[in-house]
Amino acid sequence: MHDLMPTRRDLLRASAGLVVSFTLARHAMAGGGEPDQKPAAGSSTAPKPVALDQVDSYLAIAPDNRVTLYSGKVDLGTGIETAFTQILAEELEVPAENITFISGDTLLTPDQGPTFGSLSIQSGGMQLRQAAATARKALLAMAADRFHVEPTAVTLQAGRVIAGERSVPYGDLLADQRFALKVDPNAPTKNPATFKVVGTSVPRADIPPKVTGRFTYMQDYKVDGMLHGRVVRPSGIRSSLQSVDRGSVQGIPGIVSVVQEGNFLGVVAETEWAAIRGAQALKATWSDWQGLPEQSKLFETVRATKVEKDEITSSTGDPKIALDKAARKLKATYEFAIHTHGSIGPSCAIVAIADNKLTCWTASQSTHKLREQLATMLSMPRENVRCIYVEGSGCYGRNGHEDAAADAAVLSRAVGGRPVRVQWSRADEHGWDPKGPPTMLDLQAGLDDQGNVVAWQSELFICATSAPFVPLLAANLTDLPREHGMAPGGVTGDSAIPYAFPAVHTMAHRLADAPLRPAWIRTPGRMQNTFANESFMDELAAAANADPLAFRLKYLKDPRGIELLHRLAALAKWDARPSPQRRQGGDVATGRGMSYVKYELNRTYIGAVAEVEVKRSTGEIRVTRFNVAHDCGQIINPDGLRNQIEGNVIQTVSRTLMEEVTFNRSHVTSLDWASYPIITFPDVPDVVMDLIDRPNEKPWGAGEPTAAVVPSAVGNAVFDAIGVRLRSVPMKPEKVLAALRAT
Amino acid sequence: MPKTAQLTVNGKPALVPADDGQIPLLYVLRNDLGLHGPRFGCGLGQCGACMVLMDGKATRSCITPLASVGQAKITTLEGLGSPEQPSAVQKAFIDEQAVQCGYCINGMIIQATDLLSRNHFPSASDIKQALANNLCRCGTHLRIVRAVQRASRSI
Repeated sequence: MHDLMPTRRDLLRASAGLVVSFTLARHAMAGGGEPDQKPAAGSSTAPKPVALDQVDSYLAIAPDNRVTLYSGKVDLGTGIETAFTQILAEELEVPAENITFISGDTLLTPDQGPTFGSLSIQSGGMQLRQAAATARKALLAMAADRFHVEPTAVTLQAGRVIAGERSVPYGDLLADQRFALKVDPNAPTKNPATFKVVGTSVPRADIPPKVTGRFTYMQDYKVDGMLHGRVVRPSGIRSSLQSVDRGSVQGIPGIVSVVQEGNFLGVVAETEWAAIRGAQALKATWSDWQGLPEQSKLFETVRATKVEKDEITSSTGDPKIALDKAARKLKATYEFAIHTHGSIGPSCAIVAIADNKLTCWTASQSTHKLREQLATMLSMPRENVRCIYVEGSGCYGRNGHEDAAADAAVLSRAVGGRPVRVQWSRADEHGWDPKGPPTMLDLQAGLDDQGNVVAWQSELFICATSAPFVPLLAANLTDLPREHGMAPGGVTGDSAIPYAFPAVHTMAHRLADAPLRPAWIRTPGRMQNTFANESFMDELAAAANADPLAFRLKYLKDPRGIELLHRLAALAKWDARPSPQRRQGGDVATGRGMSYVKYELNRTYIGAVAEVEVKRSTGEIRVTRFNVAHDCGQIINPDGLRNQIEGNVIQTVSRTLMEEVTFNRSHVTSLDWASYPIITFPDVPDVVMDLIDRPNEKPWGAGEPTAAVVPSAVGNAVFDAIGVRLRSVPMKPEKVLAALRAT
Repeated sequence: MPKTAQLTVNGKPALVPADDGQIPLLYVLRNDLGLHGPRFGCGLGQCGACMVLMDGKATRSCITPLASVGQAKITTLEGLGSPEQPSAVQKAFIDEQAVQCGYCINGMIIQATDLLSRNHFPSASDIKQALANNLCRCGTHLRIVRAVQRASRSI
């Protein structure tokens, strides 16, 4: 039976975090384990390297032959820990179970950039592979020296160097020294034909503890002497705090402090329940603020917003002239609603400040960036701030984790630096995390009298990128130093198209404002742009009375893309014919629709066929089956990849059919799961896929790309079923009914 | 004298502070007893991440006041099994790799354990209905259904 007391390991972890924070650079907290009391390698007291060009930044081999993998990319619940372990085990020839994974600790891990954009394996994993290849080369040379043989006479196997009869563990060979080597970009990497670990479905190491309650999420993390904080949110997004009735929390035992700084208002308490009760009970008056647009006029507001600058994303020929000459012209506007991240666990962080040094435990996807932001906010030297990643609930972009960290920092500072844990409520997360901004696209195209596309033109309306990162909420409310502006992510990706039309012009109007604080949510911009492009492509195919798949193939010149679409057709048993299909009898019509993208036009290829049922009487759409053909180059872990693709499809079917942040003139009103529903088990489609593995190609990302094709595939399937075109996400029943009435 | 309450959690007696009988059971399990299985997700009884078994019935601990627990026997995810000796349902989740972030999985396993105690051979549709009020954001639903089916075959 389980021990009902906090485990010794929990306590050790919690206290170790504080102890090791700034002094013992080598004494890393093992990810999820006890502090490593023995230096991993190199007993020198010099801080562990974290520079991107140093081998030691990425890996260390201890005298006991255990290997530590230091990763700037973190596991957001996607299985990156397992995939990175496979990459290192393969390249360095060590057993995967001998590897300890440490990630996202600004003191110990290289800054490989935020964990976003489907770049972990493609960028971070390949940096790791090259570091390991350099280490491998060095081990061969060291062994050759030791054994007085040529490096070519040495082999590596299971953590040992071997020359003939002689063999030594790497740990002995290194004798507690670091590699002290620059990553050699030319160090040869292993021939994929010899892979034993990469390309196999190694089970995830985090799953047994996660399914038995032994895993420590950020939300479970504890630090000795920890207090609990909650923030009281303003009545309107930019309301000013006018007065606080501190007496309103007097009757609640355990309240330590009511913290007021500018428009930031919070409660610190001895227990979590006291903090919750305090935040609920605290009476404050706020100024009336009604600066949000009317929700019903959201896209009129978007269109009327001042354009900060125009960005041309692709240009070929002159579509204006071509459009003038075209036999047929088509024009359409596509809209995509504001979405929230909706992690099942709201954001959480702990901050402690001692001796003018701040330690932050956080589930942030970008601990290095957060470190800079916290340092700026509190006017501290960056070196005095350490952010340590602790895995949280699933993270699909820049959600509230950084803001919870900033809340905890402000509250900790107000109580003399004592450790303060801030656990956001559901309403905090739904109401105050930064949102995927509203997106609108105008498209035009021309066909000649043979049904060939002669011109394509698109204009994207999306907020500008005017800040280096998403400003911290607590910094906004306190008016402490911070960056200003908006950071919605790489939202112009896939605004340009993969088809070879004679005249193309695609551009983005970058807008000076967004109604709610914007950020990136899985597949930012790339999803919205692909929705518009691939739906409009379907409109063109229908106008040309062509089969949608053949129509795309006609304009596709990329052999990998062409192969992918052929495999998609086989997977989905594609019935080549134009859409829509003939009028079906009965209330429920079925249809199929396809979509294709080459992610950001330079990586992962995805083709999809959605199969839907549409109920004419109610306007309800059901996605019954979703087919995906996927080519991300070299596959590291096929089952991990399948898991990601299934997740992409199901989450994005939810976003496509159901999701929309609602607001009044003052604040967000979709503050729980009843007002912001997401897909549930009975409505989840079957997902089938064809993974195209190309071991000799570079590995590309898979955390986002499939999501890009989902809304358009669903919309195109609805068109196939009932002959009406849905140009607005979410595709709620009332929109389907309105479109049916309009025909 | 501060008030206390005697609970039975995972087969053991546990004495917990009970000054405020309205405190949700979730916070008692997590903060006073150091259990990580039940998770805070919404505090509103909407998502299911906080579920525990009370006398074998899947219950949302975030909206269960401590004062209402009485003599009920509470079982958390920890009480079902361990990484070394997982329960049949836990083992099936491992075998199917039915986790992405895993934050919702507590509720899925608790709800599935309750279901399988009442219905030994549920269909995929029965499983989906039983889990209809448990939310997953990563999109692990298909694997979760397969895991519950696998568990039903092994029990």
